[in-house]
Amino acid sequence: MKTYSNLHEKLSMGEFAVTGECGPPRGASKEVIDKKINLLQGFVDAVNVTDNQTAIVRMSSIAASAHLVAAGLEPVMQMVVRDRNRIAIQSDIMGAYSLGIKNILCLSGDHQKFGSQPDAMNVFDIDSVNLIRTVRDMRDKGKDMSGFNLDVAPQMFIGAAANPFADPFEYRVIRLAKKIDAGADFIQTQCIYNMDRFKEWIRRADNEGLTEKVYILGGVTPLRSAGMARYMNNKVAGMDVPESIIKRMDGVDKKSQADEGIKICLETIEELKELKGVHGVHIMAIEWEEVVGQIVEQAGLK
Amino acid sequence: MITAGQKPINEIIELVEPYKKLLILGCGTCVKTCFAGGEDEVAVLASALRLSFKKMARSIEIEELTIERQCENEFIQEASPGIARNDAILSLACGAGVQAMVKRFAKEVVLPGLNTTFIGIQENPGIFTEECSGCGDCSLAIFGGICPVTRCAKKLLNGPCGGSQKGFCEIDPDTQCAWHLIIERLTTLKQQDNLKTYIPPKNWNTSLSGGPRKLIREDHII
Repeated sequence: MKTYSNLHEKLSMGEFAVTGECGPPRGASKEVIDKKINLLQGFVDAVNVTDNQTAIVRMSSIAASAHLVAAGLEPVMQMVVRDRNRIAIQSDIMGAYSLGIKNILCLSGDHQKFGSQPDAMNVFDIDSVNLIRTVRDMRDKGKDMSGFNLDVAPQMFIGAAANPFADPFEYRVIRLAKKIDAGADFIQTQCIYNMDRFKEWIRRADNEGLTEKVYILGGVTPLRSAGMARYMNNKVAGMDVPESIIKRMDGVDKKSQADEGIKICLETIEELKELKGVHGVHIMAIEWEEVVGQIVEQAGLK
Repeated sequence: MITAGQKPINEIIELVEPYKKLLILGCGTCVKTCFAGGEDEVAVLASALRLSFKKMARSIEIEELTIERQCENEFIQEASPGIARNDAILSLACGAGVQAMVKRFAKEVVLPGLNTTFIGIQENPGIFTEECSGCGDCSLAIFGGICPVTRCAKKLLNGPCGGSQKGFCEIDPDTQCAWHLIIERLTTLKQQDNLKTYIPPKNWNTSLSGGPRKLIREDHII
C-alpha cells in the first residue's frame, strides 16, 4: 500500500500515532520555530502547524511547515478556507508539496471576529469539505478544480477536524461521514475533556462503519490551571470542559494545578488507547510545548 | 425589503454643512418600513438639523419631501421641482435609490443619509434580520428554506462548523446557528437525507464576484 507520509505509514501499520502542535510566531522569527522543533522532535510522529489560529496574524503555516521539513520533523500543515479563495488554496497546496510538506489538515478556520483584525474581510469561497475534496482530487485524479491535468500532482495525506462537543450532536457523525466521503484519511478531534460524550460519538461513528474508513486521533490539551479550564469552557467556542474537571483542578493548590492538568491529560490518553476506533492522540499543548515530551514518555507512547 | 439605518447625526451635519438650501428626500417603500427614511424620519431629521445649525449659529433652509420610491424613474420625477430649488439633496434612500437619483440628476449633489445594510425582514417589532445575499443562484430548496450563504458566518454549505452551540453561532450569542435551523427544519420536513447530500463549491460568478450585475429582460426592452 502506498503511504503518503511517515504519519500515514505509522497509522497504516496499526500503531498508535502521536501528533503535536506548533503555533507559528507573531513575527518573522525562525528561532521561535526552531525552539519548538527542539521541544517536540523525537517525541511525536508529526506536528500540526497552525494557520493563523484564532484569526491572529502569524507567520504562514506553509513557511513554518517548511522550517520543520528542513529540520527533519514532519509537519501537518493546517489550512483554513477563511483567508484564501480556491485559486490561492490550490496554488498554496502545490507550493507546500513542492517544499516537502506531505500532510494537510483541512479546516474552516476561526472567524476573524475573534482575532486581532476583526475588520478583515473573510473569504469562505469553498468550505472545509470542499477543501478536502480539492486536495483529494488533486492527488488521486491529478487535476485541479478546473479539471486541468497537473504536471506533478501533490500527494498529501489528508486530514480533517471533528468536534464531537459541538451541537447539534446528532449531526456530528453525519458531518464526519461527509468529510470521509470527501477524502479525509485522518481526523483530529477537538480537545477531549468530556470523555462520556466522546465515547458516545465514537460509538456512533463505529456503528456507521466510519472508524474503519478513517484514522481518528483524539485531541488532548493539558490544562495549566483551573482558570484555564474555566476559560476554555466559557469562552472558547465548541469546547466542553465538564464541571468535574474544573472542580478537580480547583481542588489542588495553585502550584500543583499544572501537574494535575498533566495527570488528567495522561488519564485521557490512557482511555483513548483502549478505545476502539481511536488510532492515535493529538497533543495540543498550547504555548506549553515543553511538557509534550514528558506526556509522551509517561503515557508510554515512546 | 432592503434595510438601512440612519447615519449618525454628526456625520450628516458634516455632509450637508457646505450647503445653504437642502432637500431631505425620503423614500416611501423599504426604508420607510424599517423606520429609516419615510416621512416621519425625514421630519425628525429635518428638525434635528435645523436645531443643530441654529446652535452653531448657521443658517440652513431645509425642505422636506418623500416620494414613493427613489429607485424608480417614474417616482423620481415628482422630486424635480424641489431639487431645482435647492443646492443639495440628502437622500434617505438605500444605496440604489441614491444612485438612481444621481443617474437622473447628473448635475446635482446627492448625499447619502442612510447606511444601507441588507436584504432582510422584520423578524420582531423593531428587529430586522438579514436573510438573503442576492447571490444569483438560489439553493434554498435543498436547505429547507434557510440560507447558509447568508446566515452562516462562514457560508458553510456542508454542515455546521465546530462553533455551533445550543443552537447559537460562535460569533454572537444572539445569532442563531443557520445550520442548527436547517437541521431542525429538514427534520420537521422529514428531508434528513438532504443533510447527507454533498454540496459542491458554489459558483460565485452569479454573485458580486462576477462584477456589477445586470438583469436583462429582453421581453421588456423597448
